[in-house]
Amino acid sequence: MTDTAITTGAVHQWASAPMQARIRRRYRSERLFRALGLGAVALAGGFLLFLLVTVIGSGWNSFRQTQILVPVSFDAARLGVTAAQAQANPALLARANYQGVLTDAMKRSHGGAVKLESDGAWLALRDAVTADPALIGTTKPMWVIASSNIDQIAKGAFDLTLAEDDLPVTRAEIGAVEALKADGRLQMVLNRTFLTGADSVDPELAGIWGALKGSLLTLLVTLAISFPVGIFSAIYLEEFAAKNRWTDIIEVSINNLAAVPSIIFGLLGLAVFLNFMNMPRSAPVVGGLTLALMTLPVIVIASRAAIKAVPPSIRDAALGVGASRVQVVFHHVLPLALPGMLTGTILGMARALGETAPLLMIGMRAFLTSVPDGLTQPATALPVQIFIWSDNVSRGFVEKTSGAIIVLLVFLLGINSLAIYLRNRFEVRW
Amino acid sequence: MSYTMMILLVLLALGLFGYMLGQGRARAMAGAGAGRGAAVGAGVGARARVLHSRPQYHGAYVAIAALVPALLLLAFWAVAGDGLVAARVMANVPAADMPANALDRAAFLVEVRGLVRGDYAAAFNPAADVAARAWVVAERQLAALFGVASVALLLMGGAWAFTRLKPDFRARTRVERLVMLALVLASLVAILTTFGIILSLLFESFRFFRLVSPAEFLFGLNWSPQTAMRADQVGSSGAFGAVPLFWGTVFIGAIIAMLVAIPLGLMSAIYLTQYAAPGFRKVAKPVLEVLAGVPTVVYGFFAALTVAPAVRDFGISIGISDASSESALAAGLVMGVMIIPFVSSMADDALTAVPGSMRDGSLAMGATPSETIRRVLIPAALPGIVGGVLLAVSRAIGETMIVVMAAGLAANLTANPFHSVTTVTAQIVALLTGDQEFDSAKTLSAFALGLVLFLVTLALNVYALAVVKKYREAYD
Repeated sequence: MTDTAITTGAVHQWASAPMQARIRRRYRSERLFRALGLGAVALAGGFLLFLLVTVIGSGWNSFRQTQILVPVSFDAARLGVTAAQAQANPALLARANYQGVLTDAMKRSHGGAVKLESDGAWLALRDAVTADPALIGTTKPMWVIASSNIDQIAKGAFDLTLAEDDLPVTRAEIGAVEALKADGRLQMVLNRTFLTGADSVDPELAGIWGALKGSLLTLLVTLAISFPVGIFSAIYLEEFAAKNRWTDIIEVSINNLAAVPSIIFGLLGLAVFLNFMNMPRSAPVVGGLTLALMTLPVIVIASRAAIKAVPPSIRDAALGVGASRVQVVFHHVLPLALPGMLTGTILGMARALGETAPLLMIGMRAFLTSVPDGLTQPATALPVQIFIWSDNVSRGFVEKTSGAIIVLLVFLLGINSLAIYLRNRFEVRW
Repeated sequence: MSYTMMILLVLLALGLFGYMLGQGRARAMAGAGAGRGAAVGAGVGARARVLHSRPQYHGAYVAIAALVPALLLLAFWAVAGDGLVAARVMANVPAADMPANALDRAAFLVEVRGLVRGDYAAAFNPAADVAARAWVVAERQLAALFGVASVALLLMGGAWAFTRLKPDFRARTRVERLVMLALVLASLVAILTTFGIILSLLFESFRFFRLVSPAEFLFGLNWSPQTAMRADQVGSSGAFGAVPLFWGTVFIGAIIAMLVAIPLGLMSAIYLTQYAAPGFRKVAKPVLEVLAGVPTVVYGFFAALTVAPAVRDFGISIGISDASSESALAAGLVMGVMIIPFVSSMADDALTAVPGSMRDGSLAMGATPSETIRRVLIPAALPGIVGGVLLAVSRAIGETMIVVMAAGLAANLTANPFHSVTTVTAQIVALLTGDQEFDSAKTLSAFALGLVLFLVTLALNVYALAVVKKYREAYD
C-alpha cells in the first residue's frame, strides 16, 4: 500500500510519511539480513563449540583411573611359589596365582559381596612381585585398578537419584564406592593403562597406544610414498611436461582423484593390494599404501601451487649462468618451493590421520590386545579404534571413545599448527 | 623381514661407497696436475683434463648404476618372495598329503604360514608340520640366493659404470635423464591409480552383474543382500534392488544435509565477505575451516551419541511414535554441519569474483547492502554458488563414517526423516567388513555400489568444475 502512495506522487519527497516508512522497512530488512548472516556464522561456530565441549566433557575422565587400596598378603602357598623358588627360577613368577591372592585379599578387606577390582587388577601384583620377589610371604597394602562400574560411579557418571532398574550399576556397588571413599581407600590417578595399552574387552583396561602406534606406522608408509611421488609429479607437471594429450590425462586424473570419495580408495586397496597382490590383511603397510594414493592428489596440487609461486626470474637467472634445466629445478626452484610443499604434505597427512573408511575396507578394524610393532603385523588406527569403541554401549567405553577422540584431535591440532608455523616461518612472498 | 632390511642396508652402504668411489675417481682425473677446480682456468695443455660433468655427477652415476638393478631385485623378492617359497614348498609336498582342490591348498598354506610365524602352537594337519619345516629351509635358501644375487648385481653394475668414467664422460646428462625418468614415473602414479580404481570396480562389478542383472540392481526396490547359505533358510532371499540405497543417499546427503548446509554456508559467506570487520573475518574463517578438519568419525560418534537420541525424542514429542534412533534426520543434520565450510568457501570465492563495479553501481543507486547482495551479487555469483553446492553434494554422498555410525542399515524407501534409511557408503562398509567369502554376490555387490558412487561423484565434479570455470572466465 506504500507502493501505491509512492506512485501517486510522493517520489521526490523523502520526508513524506510513506517514504519514511518505506526507508524504515528497508533498513529493518537490512538489519535482519545482517543479523541472519551473523547468526549463521554463530550457529556454525556454536556447533563446533558444542561438539568440542561434549566430547571433552565426557572424555577427559578417561585420563583418570580409579584405584582401590587393599592389603595383599602374598601367601606362598596360595601363590604356588616361595621366595626361594622364585629366586632360583624367576620364570615361576610368571605362572603364580596372583588372581587367587587378590581375590582372597579383596574378600578379607571388602567382604567380596561386590566385585570391586578389575579383571586385570592382579597385573599390579605380578609387577610388584616380579620387581621384588622378597614380597612373597609378607603383607603389603596395594593400589589396584577398580572395575569399570566402580570407576564410573566414582567419577560421577551416573545420576544416582534414578531407580535401581534404570541404573546400569547396583545399589550395592554405589554403597561400596561411598564406603571406600569414606575410608580413603579410593584414589584417582593418571590412567597409565589408557596411555600405554592396547584394546581390551574391559573398558578400564583398554588403552589407546596400540591404535595410536598403528596410526603412526600407517602414516609413516603414507608419507614415505606420497611425499616423494607427490613432489616429483608436481615438478614434472609444472616444470617439464609438454602441453600434450598425456599431460592433460595426468592433470585430469589428479584433479579427479582429489574428489573421489575416500571409501573408493578402500575398495581399490581391497581389490588390488589384498586380493590381487596378496598383501597381509589389517597391516599398516597396506593402510599406508591406500592412504598414500588418497593423499597424493592433495600433495600434488599444493606442490604445484608452491612451484608456480616461484618467480620465473629465478629460473632465468640460473639458466643464464649455465645451469641445466634439472639443476635449475633441484638447486633453485625446489628449495624455494619446499615450505609450501611441506605445508601441503602436512595437511594431507592430517587428512590421512583422520581417515577411517578406507582402513575399514582393508580390515584394520581387528580387535587387537597387543601393540603392533611392525609394518606387516595386524594393527588398527586411531580413528578406527574410535569407531570400534563407539559401537560399545557400556558407559566405560563411551568415556574411552571420547578420550580417544581427544587424543586424535590433539594430534590433528599439533599437525595443523606445525603446518601453519611452517607456512608463516618459511614462506616467501614474492 | 629383518633379513631383507639387512640386505637393504648393505646395498645402500655399498651404493654410498660407489658414490664416493666415482666422485674420487672423477676428482683424480680432473686434478691430476693442478688440484681440483683449477683445471678450468689452466692452459690448452690441461684442457683434456677438464671434466664434462662435476665429480658428484660421476659419483651419482656409479651409485645409480649399482643400486637401481639391485634394489629392483630386492623389491621383487620382498613382493613375490612369499609366493616363490610357497610354490617351492608345495612342489615338495608328497602327493599323498597334497590337498585335492585349490581351496584346501590355500587353507593348507595358511596353516603352514601360521606355524612358521608361531601363530599356531601345533599343527592340526601333520603334513603341515613337515611343510612348515620345509618352508623355513626354503625361505632361508631363497633369501640367501636373492641376497647374494642382489649384491652381485650391485657390484657388477657399479664396476661397469666405474669403467665408463672418463674426463669427457657425460655423467650429468645420464644422471639427469634418469632423474627425468623418475619424474615421469612419479606422475604416472596418478594415472595408474585412476585406472586401478576404474578397472577393479569394473572387473568386480562385471562379476556381480553376471549373477544379478543390471536392471534389477539399478531399478529394483528391494535390498536384502543376505544370500542363503542353505536352501531352506528364511529371510535370505538375496535381493539386490539398490533403489532404496540410492534414495537414502540422496535423502541424507543431497536433501537434509543441503537444507542445513546451503542456508548456513551461504549466509556465513555473505556475512564474512560483505559485512564482517577484517578482524572478525580473520578469526571466524579459520573456525569454519576447523569444522571441515574434524575427522568424520568424530562427527559420526557425535551424531550417534548426542544428536540421534535428541532427534528421536523430538520426533516422539511431536507425535511420530515410531521415530527411529538411527534416523535420516540425525545423520543428515550432522553431515550438513560438516559440509557448511565447503559451501561457505565456494560461495566466498564466487562472491569475491563478482566485479566490484557491479556492487558499487548498485550501492550508488541507493540500494542497501542487503538489496545489493540479494539482487546483484547473488544472481551474478549464482553459477559459482551452484557449482560449489554440487561439489558439496558430491562430497556428502561419498561421506561414509557419519552414515555408518548414525544412519543404520535398514533399506527403507521412506520420506519420513525420523525413519531409518541407509546409504550406498554405509552398505559398502556393512557388506565388506566382517567375514566375507569373496565370490558371493553379497560382497561383489559392494563393488557395484562403489562403481555407481564413483561415476556419480565423478559426473557431479566434472560438471560442477565446468560450471565454476565457465563462470570465472565470464568475469575475468
